[in-house]
Amino acid sequence: MKSDKGPNFNEFSIGIATRNGSGSQTANQVILRSIFAMGVPVGGKNIFPSNIAGMPTWFYIRASAKGHIARSERTDLLVCLNVETAADDLARLGEGAVAVIDEAMAGLATRKDIRHIVVPFKKLAEEACPDRKLQKLVQNMVYVGVLCRLLGIELDEAKAALGRLLGKKSSVIALNSGAMDLGHRWALENSSPFETFGIRRSSGTAGRILVEGNTAVALGALFAGVTVAAWYPITPSTSVIEDLEHYAKRFRKNPATGKLDIAIVQMEDEISSAGVVVGASWAGARSMTATSGPGIDLMSETIGLGYWTETPGVFVDVQRTGPSTGLPTHTGQGDVELCAKVSHGDTRHICLYPATMRECFDFTYAAFDLAERYQTPVFVLTDLDLGMQTWMSEPFAYPEGRLDRGKVLDETGLAKVAEWGRYRDPDGDGIPWRTLPGTAGGKGAYYTRGSARNDAALYSEKAEDYRGQIERIARKIEGSKEHLPGPALIRAPGAAKTGRGVIAYGSSDPAVVEALDILRGEDRLFDYLRVRAYPFSKAVEDFMAAHDEVYVVEQNRDGQLANLLADDFPSLAPRLRKVTYPETLPLPPEAVVEGIALAAGIRAGAAR
Amino acid sequence: MAEENAKPTNALGLTIQEYQGGKSTLCEGCGHNMITSQIIQAAWESGVEPHMVAKISGIGCSSKTTAYFMGKSWGFNSLHGRAVAVATGAALANRKLLNILISGDGDSLSIGTAHFVHMIRRNIPLVYVIADNGVYGLTKGQFSATSDIGSALKHGAVNEIPPIDPCSLAIELGCGFVARSYAGNAKQLKTILRAAIAYEGLAVIDVLSPCVTFNNHETSTRSYRAVTERALSVHDLDFVMPHEQHPVDIPPGESREITFPDGSTLTLRSTAEDYDPGDRAKVFAAIHESRSSGAILTGLLYHKPGAPNIHELVGTVEEPLVSLGEARTKPARVALEQINAEFLAG
Repeated sequence: MKSDKGPNFNEFSIGIATRNGSGSQTANQVILRSIFAMGVPVGGKNIFPSNIAGMPTWFYIRASAKGHIARSERTDLLVCLNVETAADDLARLGEGAVAVIDEAMAGLATRKDIRHIVVPFKKLAEEACPDRKLQKLVQNMVYVGVLCRLLGIELDEAKAALGRLLGKKSSVIALNSGAMDLGHRWALENSSPFETFGIRRSSGTAGRILVEGNTAVALGALFAGVTVAAWYPITPSTSVIEDLEHYAKRFRKNPATGKLDIAIVQMEDEISSAGVVVGASWAGARSMTATSGPGIDLMSETIGLGYWTETPGVFVDVQRTGPSTGLPTHTGQGDVELCAKVSHGDTRHICLYPATMRECFDFTYAAFDLAERYQTPVFVLTDLDLGMQTWMSEPFAYPEGRLDRGKVLDETGLAKVAEWGRYRDPDGDGIPWRTLPGTAGGKGAYYTRGSARNDAALYSEKAEDYRGQIERIARKIEGSKEHLPGPALIRAPGAAKTGRGVIAYGSSDPAVVEALDILRGEDRLFDYLRVRAYPFSKAVEDFMAAHDEVYVVEQNRDGQLANLLADDFPSLAPRLRKVTYPETLPLPPEAVVEGIALAAGIRAGAAR
Repeated sequence: MAEENAKPTNALGLTIQEYQGGKSTLCEGCGHNMITSQIIQAAWESGVEPHMVAKISGIGCSSKTTAYFMGKSWGFNSLHGRAVAVATGAALANRKLLNILISGDGDSLSIGTAHFVHMIRRNIPLVYVIADNGVYGLTKGQFSATSDIGSALKHGAVNEIPPIDPCSLAIELGCGFVARSYAGNAKQLKTILRAAIAYEGLAVIDVLSPCVTFNNHETSTRSYRAVTERALSVHDLDFVMPHEQHPVDIPPGESREITFPDGSTLTLRSTAEDYDPGDRAKVFAAIHESRSSGAILTGLLYHKPGAPNIHELVGTVEEPLVSLGEARTKPARVALEQINAEFLAG
């Protein structure tokens, strides 16, 4: 924090460098949640390795009265506890930053342009806890106490947050609370609260909730009436189904019998998970799976089967860094083209791109209606950043209205139809009527297959039958695009018209919004369209047509959404400018400013 | 009277024609067509409701056969090796369906082995038929995972890789109904199929089914001639449902009886030494001993009901999940209010 900018309360970021498995997660969540409880908007980013214990991990907390909660590249306060990374962590700090550093690493406190606060963490942890085995864990609460004092976080709020996180474990709470007190007391005696930044009680979080995207997705599915979920554990999607199970046991359980109104099955792999989704939907259930990129790869053949047999199914892809194993615990947007076109042959899939916790809930809910309406696999693409990080949000809104089960003929419906064929198009919208196994009356049975067929679902090798079917399915998917979540437009304030537009989607949103604010401060004005679904609606095309230059910001290497846009709107493709961030950490606003400036050939960055 | 000339009907008043399917496009003389005939016969005799049947298959000659029986039932000809997954989904969605899965030795024991194995662990209620010809037919004659050591292809190549025995595997993994039959033994096959339909849980039936085109030559261990010589019934079987009046149709002698939950009974009389399908250790011993003589034991090789099925394992309600209305599947507004409140405190 540069001193020439004056005191900057409720507008800074903290980095905490530890090792994974050291128990720092609870401590970091206590800090995050007590800032939130004091009314200051906050975002948390856990940067963790694919490992159980011992590797470096960082937790970033961004407090921002303005609501800018993207991960910033600037750290104002570093808690430096990992000797392995300490030298690098300290070197990365900007001028004027503060480092809270463990006494054992005091020798590294050499920079003159930052302030060092050397804390005897080990000694304080020993004092707080006689049990040697627990001292490492307790040390984390010592830094919480220190930070409360330095930043002006109320100790009572920190203790309340600790209580909420640990629940009924009273002896554990007492131990941790005592350690927090010791840290606080040490800071009281040996340091003083910062004069340039910290937390001041505010009302910026009133009525808001704190939640993770995977939980929001699970809840969206729960309220959409999912009855079959099949899955295989894979980071970073695992907690989607675990949370679904948690809430299903609370809200979808028959209190008298203890039996569930839902089947959740952990399968042997992603291939079989996708097969269960297809089989269950074919039989009439609302079914889903949640996975990440490698899982989509394995499901590819089955997703093609679902597309061709016109079987609904909801596929949640919590994206991580790829290709191959990539970095399982790091975020990315590398599955956009994959999901749009999964499987061999001509395919095109409905994809939804939520960017907020509310959208994770709403879009997952909508995905079930869309899957049954269009009788096709529907993808919900989130990523590790949305799925596993802690986000502030408006509370979830109860989805009104009835579930849309699509075109299903039951016994009565069949009796009224003179001639029914599973793959006919009587309504001219490309969507056929389906029946469900078990329908009585002797009329609705059909035999579906991955092989070619005619509109009566009979095997056919006739060219015209194949062409008729594959083109009807294309029409059906094309017909969905105005019924998907439309793009969200933010016009550059204060300008009647700007020739420049930005397109982004998903977890890039907060960084893009902040970046456009920074650019506006330099009189660089951009309209912003956040795309929320594929195939793209007319509004996306109109936005491209209305801007001479369209900067597409993405967290991948190849500009995958830009490629899909160029594919769908070839005459407008020359307007597209790719702004890509092929890195592994959540997108920072600084990189967006830099990327747009570079692509636009403008000088920006004075504001940084 | 006209009724005297009417075709026979089953307990539902349906003629066997109601259980026919499309015309087979397999080779003339294919063992799989005999399996199809016995499925039709068994379903008809047992009075299965056609609309409550889901026929699910993978890819291969075997998997085509679901189109050739029970045309008034639902069918899903899915992916190579993955039919189990689709059937698991259908079973979870609607537990009242009778799922008949037709697979082959390639489908079940090479590309789909993982699913086959885990299906057994989960006890998915299915009638699982492996039309086992020991060869890849649709790709014109490669060895499969059930090809015997020493068996030769038409052009002379001899298999040296040990086979997988689906029955031993299924018994080992805890399947409660494991049978082997021969497409050429119509009565035994039909009886086992009827018992499998009555059984509650996963029934695995390995049916030796010679391939007339690619595995019926002199040097094959799976030709009609070879299998006719090698197949050895461990017992004579007869299956009777409560409403059926006919006497048990097996030769007299000491017999065992198995009663199924619907009241049907299967009577078994050992053909030689006493064969107890409930004694796992002896069953394994008998199968292993038969291998040295080259015999292939057929019959209901293993029967041990009672293991929890998938519905019990995942704790779902008794009703089919597809029958649950929105009031049951979409939680009320108050539930979401409660959840929001829990997140509000931070």
